[in-house]
Amino acid sequence: MIGKSVPRKEGNNKVTGAAKYTNDFSVAGLLHAKLLTSPHAHATIKSIDVREAKKCPGVRAIVTGVDYPILTGSAIEDRPILALEKVRYFGEPIAVVVADTEYEAQNACTFIKVEYEILPVVNTVEEALEGKHPLVHEEFKNYTQVKELRPDPTRNVSNHVTVRKGNINEGRTLSDITVEIDVSFPQSDHAAMETRSVRAEILPSGEVYLHSSSQAPFTIKQSIGKYFNINENKVIVHTPLVGGAFGGKAAIQLELIAYAASKAVGGKLVTLTNTREDDMVSSPVHIGMSANVKLGATNQGELIMAEIKFLFDSGAYVDEASDITTTAALNCTGPYKINHVWCDSYCVYTNHPYSTSFRGYGHSELGFAIERAMEILANKLKIDPMELRIKNAIKPGDTTPSQAPLTKGNIGNTAKCLERVKELINWEEGQVVPISDRIIKAKGISSLWKTSMSPTNASTGAIITFNKDGTMNLNVGVVEMGQGTKTTLTQLLAESMKVDESKIHVKMEVDTQTSPRHWKTVASTATFMAGNAVLEAAEDAKRQLKNNAAYALRCKPEELEVGEARVYLKSNPKSNVNVKDVAHGYKYENGNAVGSLVIGHGSFMMNHLTKKDPQTGKGVPGPAWTVGAQAVEVEFDTKTFFYKITKAVTVLDVGKVINPKGARGQVTGAMCMGLSWASREGFTFDENGIVLNNQFRTYKTIRYNENPKYIVEFLETPQSDGPYGARGLGEHGVIGMPAALANSLSAAAGVPINQLPIVPESIWRQKRGGVYDINKF
Amino acid sequence: MKQMVELTVNGEKKRIYVRPAATLLNTLREELGLTGAKPGCENGDCGACTINFDGRPMKSCLTLSIEAVDHQVTTIEGLIDTPIQQAFVKQFAFQCGYCTSGFIMNCHALAELYPNANEYQIKDWLQSNICRCTGYEEIEAAITEVLKNKAIEDTPS
Ligand code: FES
Ligand code: FES
Repeated sequence: MIGKSVPRKEGNNKVTGAAKYTNDFSVAGLLHAKLLTSPHAHATIKSIDVREAKKCPGVRAIVTGVDYPILTGSAIEDRPILALEKVRYFGEPIAVVVADTEYEAQNACTFIKVEYEILPVVNTVEEALEGKHPLVHEEFKNYTQVKELRPDPTRNVSNHVTVRKGNINEGRTLSDITVEIDVSFPQSDHAAMETRSVRAEILPSGEVYLHSSSQAPFTIKQSIGKYFNINENKVIVHTPLVGGAFGGKAAIQLELIAYAASKAVGGKLVTLTNTREDDMVSSPVHIGMSANVKLGATNQGELIMAEIKFLFDSGAYVDEASDITTTAALNCTGPYKINHVWCDSYCVYTNHPYSTSFRGYGHSELGFAIERAMEILANKLKIDPMELRIKNAIKPGDTTPSQAPLTKGNIGNTAKCLERVKELINWEEGQVVPISDRIIKAKGISSLWKTSMSPTNASTGAIITFNKDGTMNLNVGVVEMGQGTKTTLTQLLAESMKVDESKIHVKMEVDTQTSPRHWKTVASTATFMAGNAVLEAAEDAKRQLKNNAAYALRCKPEELEVGEARVYLKSNPKSNVNVKDVAHGYKYENGNAVGSLVIGHGSFMMNHLTKKDPQTGKGVPGPAWTVGAQAVEVEFDTKTFFYKITKAVTVLDVGKVINPKGARGQVTGAMCMGLSWASREGFTFDENGIVLNNQFRTYKTIRYNENPKYIVEFLETPQSDGPYGARGLGEHGVIGMPAALANSLSAAAGVPINQLPIVPESIWRQKRGGVYDINKF
Repeated sequence: MKQMVELTVNGEKKRIYVRPAATLLNTLREELGLTGAKPGCENGDCGACTINFDGRPMKSCLTLSIEAVDHQVTTIEGLIDTPIQQAFVKQFAFQCGYCTSGFIMNCHALAELYPNANEYQIKDWLQSNICRCTGYEEIEAAITEVLKNKAIEDTPS
């Protein structure tokens, strides 16, 4: 079962339209909620008048910020449920209207009168750090910090993370050569095809039911309990299939609004689904970054020191951005051995939409900075960029920037990934090859690494029950959002029980009342964590099956083995009993019953993770580091600066491939997303902080046939504590793509390209200083 | 005010009350319980809502319900075991599945109307849909496989 391309368990439902997502539900009496959002990026709310709106047909209730003066947030409680006193970003929810129908709710929104006093906007991280007034959060000092942060409120900084490894002065002295670059990219969007959607109902018993397209149903339960002062036990969250998430659905936002909306109509069932426009800016987005990197090396190309500054654009509220700031700092060098490392990573408030986790969680962001610097260092040293990377690739025995020791069991083989990429992209033919008088073929490469920063006690569980025919039901708290974990877990169970995966029914929906608690479906940890729990549950089920079978076969349980839907004597497999006959106890021929109903359960908890030292960053942030290497090949038109991405390569050390086609799909999908981000995505802000491109008409993503030819290979250096050696792989394809693309285009155009997204116009600006010169055509 | 209209959806005649402003997407989903067509943008940009309208792909978010009177509407629920559905499963042409109905309806119409579609035509048609999960490679494999088999079938022996 391991290593077999098993089609998705829910596949037939998805190709027939039968698969149900949160918003595929309607019932008579269902009320609809719509958000009124802010047209300004920074303004004081002087008044909100809902009187006219309340008179509109079909309107049942209107809720505004003053109805719930609560501040929320996973790291620091800085965000009201609906704007209170002021708005801090374009698109911020101000009010929610509940009406009989969606269009009536929408209509009523236009009758709400809000009076604003416009404030100057903090429109860049640089402005923010200068302490531009008014601050995004004047009241910062009164906020409750949930996680340990090092803020500097007078400079709009919510968290300043430092990493100090080795001795930077010594590093500077030992370096023969140093390079320095600045890179940046604006915030962008996850743009999952399903917009976020929630349904809430409050029963007279006090039970709160929520259905949410979320990556974190168990966190919703906690948050609703905490912010509305309800016993968490009374909050029940259902998450059916999710239509893509990419980190964007791990944040808790609409759930709180939907609860308030339901409460306002006496607990009736209310649904709230984002429009695409709201989903892009009102709900949290992908973080933006400006960075400065200095790398020092010997003349022979041995990396000596790295001095790095990250400025992360968290937007108006912190959410996950403070942790992304931390992860980026703790892993700031990418997969290279560097003894002297200083990193200052700042999480900075601006009047932009707020940022949350995004596929890669800080690693694609840091990767872009480091890999551009590596390229420039290689050029300056006149060393082949591939050789420079291979020479400095991190290995077991080295330590990370946070001084976490690397071992054979917790890191794969970066150099080997690079060597393989070198062959696959045909590096030997040269980085830049002219193919006609105006078209240049160019290649760019990048290494990547990623750890999964999680709470040090993140946990999960799995439950296995048996049907009368001996088939199994598998129940885990992992959300199925397209990553295919439910199928992967089925394969792991099938392998352990030695049965065909068709004998396993996996529950797609998560129901917090019956599914074992799973931290969050994030950080590519589902296969690792839940996979281990499933294997433990399988062992537990086998133990119980053997106990029951021992009665039937009149032997000791230890003499038995389970496989092929049977329990058999190890010494004589012919002596056996069907699993179906011992899964619910065993009945002798005379009717006497013995044994017990088999319910397998297993759990898994992260261990050996440690908190970081606040000064040096020292600590073990994640269970392992997945490493890999990537390359991109482009065809670049030297006249128009248009380019076509022709090839993209990934070699990833995944420990063990459980579902080859599924794994390839995860990686190519992530590569596509990384290339789309790097080549065309990013919010355009006007001088007032207004997002100009909050719909697919103007916010472009890669479409059919704009994708390159993909080349994907896996190495299998087992992770010692992974299920059958497997590591997570859902995010990694994104990580090196922006840098590889920028490296290829910098080589092709002959100018450093350090800003994303890379559109022909930005190359032209870089190349010609933004001057249109007819003679150059 | 709602009006009664008769729509033909998946070969069945349905009498329903709709507002003149109701989009076909909303009517299919909310009045007829056919939730296979998805809202992804309700602005004609993403193709998640694609249905077939007299056999041609159409964005149901840009179509009024009343425009569908006297026309044949086919939704994903009306396709049963078609080659393109089988190919999508076999080729792993979806992950989250949210874009899938739209892509399949588009591909299905293409295969029916232009079984000999060339690469350019395929690209031209399929660029009206967005998939955010896959890298499009598997979708390409699925449509190519279906068209290839169709061409073989249609060749007179
Ligand atoms: S919902 Fe119709 S095109 Fe996006
Ligand atoms: S499969 Fe998720 S958008 Fe296409």
